[in-house]
Amino acid sequence: MELISQPQGFLAFLSQPWHWAASGAGIALVVFLLTWMGRSFGVSTSFKAICAAAGAGKRNEFFNINLKDEFWRIAFVLGGVVGGFIGAHLLTSPEPVAISQSTVEYLASVGVDYPGSDAQNLGFVPTSVFNFGSLKGLLMALAGGFLVGFGARYGDGCTSGHAISGLAHLQLPSLITVIGFFIGGLFMAHLVLPWLLAL
Amino acid sequence: MKNISFFAVGILFGIVMTKSEAISWYRIQEMFRFESFHMYGIIGTAVIFSALIIWAMKKFKMRTLSGTAVSYTPMKLSLPRHLLAGSIFGLGWALVGCCPGPMYVLLGQGYWIIGLVIVGALLGTFTYGQMRQRLPH
Repeated sequence: MELISQPQGFLAFLSQPWHWAASGAGIALVVFLLTWMGRSFGVSTSFKAICAAAGAGKRNEFFNINLKDEFWRIAFVLGGVVGGFIGAHLLTSPEPVAISQSTVEYLASVGVDYPGSDAQNLGFVPTSVFNFGSLKGLLMALAGGFLVGFGARYGDGCTSGHAISGLAHLQLPSLITVIGFFIGGLFMAHLVLPWLLAL
Repeated sequence: MKNISFFAVGILFGIVMTKSEAISWYRIQEMFRFESFHMYGIIGTAVIFSALIIWAMKKFKMRTLSGTAVSYTPMKLSLPRHLLAGSIFGLGWALVGCCPGPMYVLLGQGYWIIGLVIVGALLGTFTYGQMRQRLPH
């Protein structure tokens, strides 16, 4: 006789990994809600708001913004933190992320075991690479974050603002930015990252 | 408080990001190696649905809750700026496997190392602010 250990019903239904079409529709729902609420979907501006809140406006007029206009964005990203907790710990998928076999093989060839490299066994972050005990991991985390923050502000938007919002508004600058995402991303994923991981 | 409603939309966003697996470093590597349709499916569906929604909101002159019309402030077209900025962002995205939204979401899942990625992103944002006059725009 089989023991039933998984949650049943609607919660179990939600806990499965979502089909890409359902996920895309979910993001579009977020875009709709934010647009309806009179705002636009953009996450990276929260970094600018945090810099401004930390007093960067005193040194640089670029950060001299009205913080009250950014409260909604801070509320939104804090919601994202809570949503992440709910998604991973209350709606936990029964299995780690089902990435393709060829990606698993590539990762093994550069010394990243899958899914063992994620200590939480969710298939989200390779904590064997990125952890506080590894100088290389610390530097990679810091440098990667730096590039994301710098590039997002320089281009005035990230994946949410350009790849989703901007493309949905049929903006050519956003399309060019997304092409840039892939130039940089392909270069990193194919040439730099395998070398970094092998160091 | 109005910000509570944005907090609630943020929770929805965090759940969608998690269940879509778009926050997975492994999914991002797979995407840049063209070894699965998953991420392209998510982004493609999100863009098509969002474009239809925004088109309909404009077409039927739907007002936002603050009473304004749905609009978008276009950016000035600058090929070097968009390509350079996008490429710098892409380098970071493929390295840490998460863009700004997922950074917050992963923090909520207890991946504390992502806190350091966010510190890096704040430093990058501040550095751009300091040297922006020397960059092509």
